[in-house]
Amino acid sequence: MTPFSFEWQWNIEYLIFFGLLYIALAIIGAGITFTIIRTGLQALGFMRERHF
Amino acid sequence: MDSPLLPHGVKRCSTWAFFFWTLPWLALLAWGGLSAFLCLWKGLNQTNMSNVFAFALWIVFDLAVIALGAGAFFTGFLTYIIGKKELKNIINTAVIIGFICYSGAMAMLGIDIGQPIRGWFIFWHANIHSMLVEVSFCITCYLMVLAIEFIPIILENRKLEEIKELRLFGHNLHEVMAVFAATGTFLSFFHQGSLGGMFGVMYARPFAAREGFYIWPWTFFLFVLSAIACGPCFTILCTKLTEFFSRKKLVPDSAIQLLAKISAWLLSLYMVLKIIDYLGWMYGVVPRAGLTFESFFRQGPYGVWMVVCEMIFCGILPAVILMTPKARQHQGWLIFACLLNCTGIVLNRFLFIIVTLAIPVMPFDRFWSYLPTWQEWGIGLAVVGYGFLLFSAAYRYLPLFPKERELNPITES
Repeated sequence: MTPFSFEWQWNIEYLIFFGLLYIALAIIGAGITFTIIRTGLQALGFMRERHF
Repeated sequence: MDSPLLPHGVKRCSTWAFFFWTLPWLALLAWGGLSAFLCLWKGLNQTNMSNVFAFALWIVFDLAVIALGAGAFFTGFLTYIIGKKELKNIINTAVIIGFICYSGAMAMLGIDIGQPIRGWFIFWHANIHSMLVEVSFCITCYLMVLAIEFIPIILENRKLEEIKELRLFGHNLHEVMAVFAATGTFLSFFHQGSLGGMFGVMYARPFAAREGFYIWPWTFFLFVLSAIACGPCFTILCTKLTEFFSRKKLVPDSAIQLLAKISAWLLSLYMVLKIIDYLGWMYGVVPRAGLTFESFFRQGPYGVWMVVCEMIFCGILPAVILMTPKARQHQGWLIFACLLNCTGIVLNRFLFIIVTLAIPVMPFDRFWSYLPTWQEWGIGLAVVGYGFLLFSAAYRYLPLFPKERELNPITES
């Protein structure tokens, strides 16, 4: 459900519940996107690879 | 045959031996596949679930494996957030066990909802006042986190690591793992809690209902605490089982002992709070509902003995064993205590799910009995088969235990 869905209600319960869900999804998405971009840059030689 | 895929410097059984080892687990999966096919084709009439037992064997399995899989998020939290470096030797195992438990639970829920094609309704047409909706959201997101945590372990496979891009991706994922571990901790806290909260708010069922704090009944906090107390013990058990079958030492004692010690403290705290919870419930919720503690156990096979088993034999006893340093360091006692702890958690979930629904709540009600059909057992046991298969494959092809080579040097003969 998004704020554009017809069932959506603009009240604090919906904002907290879905706010936390979308924050969690955003963190997961951002983490993966960051890793993919960094890997791409390292693979193409624009960024140095870290050695463990 | 598959030797190029095996990790460097470690010994594994022959391909044939591995193939024969997988056969019983493949048989369980086949049984589960047939059961799932029947349930999806003919419907839930293949089960003994009813309007009374809307929650049955699958939910017991679900809640049990979700609690047992809590070792993944808790070990991740201790390793990446608290910084317990010793646990890096066991974190891979904890992640894979967590992934197996959560993906197995999700697969089982896919059959349990009857029409998986409408599974997305819970996300799109969410009832935000339902604890189960919160559980669904958190479990789904947490499974994503577990899959992300599993990817770097897969990419450490000898052949995959030869591909530069995949190796880089795995290393980069490792570097941001703390972010995923923190997200996983947040998600796990809420879904473990809401699974308990769901029973605590069943005011029409005094056997499960509890008082609480604000909107959260005490069961919310007790479920979180019980999960983080038993999850690490399940991780220890799986490690010890792998050590037994492989006849090798795989994890340094320091990691096992630390995990057991943390589990001991958490289990002890849980037992103290659980005793207070039981007393508060017996002298608060139950009399207010016009009942007594004994009245719950007048009919049917479930008796006070189950509560005694849960609290004393599978709660206080393992807590005492794990709290005693000498007993904890003894291999046999450690395994025994972990086994009791895990059994206690399964018993606790069974009491909350099956016994709650079986016992009568009205004077004119009768005791409802329930026995699962072979299809229900098939799907439940398929998760066990899937777990053994995935864990065995992970042990064979991935560097699951970072210290394995160091602890078991291969001597040239």
